[in-house]
Amino acid sequence: MIPPAFEYLRPKTIPEAIAFLQQHGDEAKILSGGQSLIPLMKFRLARPAYLIDINRISGLSYIKEEGGYLKIGGLTRESELEHSPLIRSKYPILLDTTRVIADPQVRNMATLAGNLAHGDPANDHPATMLALGAQIVAIGPKGKRVLPVESFFVTLFTTELQHDEIVTEISIPIPPPRSGGAYVKLERKVGDFATAAVAAQLTVDDQGVCQKVGIGLTNVGATPVKASKAEEFLRGKKLNDANIAQAAQLAADEAQPSSDLRGPAEYKKGLVKELTKRALVRAYERSGK
Amino acid sequence: MAEKQSVQIKVNGRQREAMVEPRLLLVHFIRSIPGLTGTHVGCDTTHCGACTVLVDGKTVKSCTLFAVQADGCEVLTVEGLMQDGNLHPLQEGFKEEHGLQCGYCTPGMLMSSYALLRQNPHPSEEEIRWGISGNLCRCTGYQNIVKAVQYAATKMRKGGNDGLSNVA
Repeated sequence: MIPPAFEYLRPKTIPEAIAFLQQHGDEAKILSGGQSLIPLMKFRLARPAYLIDINRISGLSYIKEEGGYLKIGGLTRESELEHSPLIRSKYPILLDTTRVIADPQVRNMATLAGNLAHGDPANDHPATMLALGAQIVAIGPKGKRVLPVESFFVTLFTTELQHDEIVTEISIPIPPPRSGGAYVKLERKVGDFATAAVAAQLTVDDQGVCQKVGIGLTNVGATPVKASKAEEFLRGKKLNDANIAQAAQLAADEAQPSSDLRGPAEYKKGLVKELTKRALVRAYERSGK
Repeated sequence: MAEKQSVQIKVNGRQREAMVEPRLLLVHFIRSIPGLTGTHVGCDTTHCGACTVLVDGKTVKSCTLFAVQADGCEVLTVEGLMQDGNLHPLQEGFKEEHGLQCGYCTPGMLMSSYALLRQNPHPSEEEIRWGISGNLCRCTGYQNIVKAVQYAATKMRKGGNDGLSNVA
């Protein structure tokens, strides 16, 4: 399959990229990892007249802790997350997530920033970022904006990003001690989108009482879903079987899946309930409690 | 029609230069400019991995990358595995352990296995299966592919020859 013709632009700096975006408006798309965009172009579901390849902009690929945040650069690849000693030792929820995205070749190209900016509720990182309370840092002609993930996803394939803005960083508050997180996904085969998946991030006190909790759901709505009612229920409660079961039920109630080739909506709600349970249990185990 | 652009890509150690449309996919560049047809177009939808090549040492699906993106990069294809007229231990392994039937997926399987062994010369069975999880085979059921990779790993350890000195 041959994509429609386009003009290829390869800026070396962020200001140069933004100038191109301003110049070409809605006709331009940013080419980052391209693992969603290029297939869309081959199917001719996307027909950008200009592709602005940001891959040669330096300084956008990093994973570091700084000023209380885990900061991940806009061009950091999934495979870099997957093999990062920092992620492997301190952020198992991110390792869980990146490992179930597509396959090794795709992860060598695909970026975390692109996974979010694409605005696809079937993508895996959005739920995890909701659970972690991440912020998306974007730069545009008017400067830098810091967008909380909770309000980032507007609707299907639509985010808060303006057409002339570039995601330069994802910043995640470093969880306090006694925290743990997990991402649990059911997929039909390697590389498939989730039938459903759940991200959970917890902080408990020394009695095992939940202090902080974030729960995000994948592919069960027009946008990634923040399971706010389940979170609210768990705050201040012990992480025992009964409370976990109740939170899982609330998360399932908040899911709005549609029936499709991956299963009927009712089944997916049941799945969210079970996966929420498993994610919370694993997150609790990882909190070291 | 978009203007053609000049790209320079080193394929298996040899510099290739061409004027291409930006929409030309890397797999078509590889197959048409140097005429290396070992890299296959399989599903053409980023699933099957038959088009897997290494770009600057990393595996990619060459049907999901534009040739212009690889401008200035080094590409290794299945044709670059053989050294001095000798099959690479992986190629030998696929032959000895019957790691293929129809052979369509084999170039991609070889390239993913090559990248895996470079990163991890002692992979467990699970790690091999993980390493080739982006490559589909509809013939073998994967058993003999895993054996072939194990064969190569063992041979490369014994021989002291890492077999991994190729470009990219």
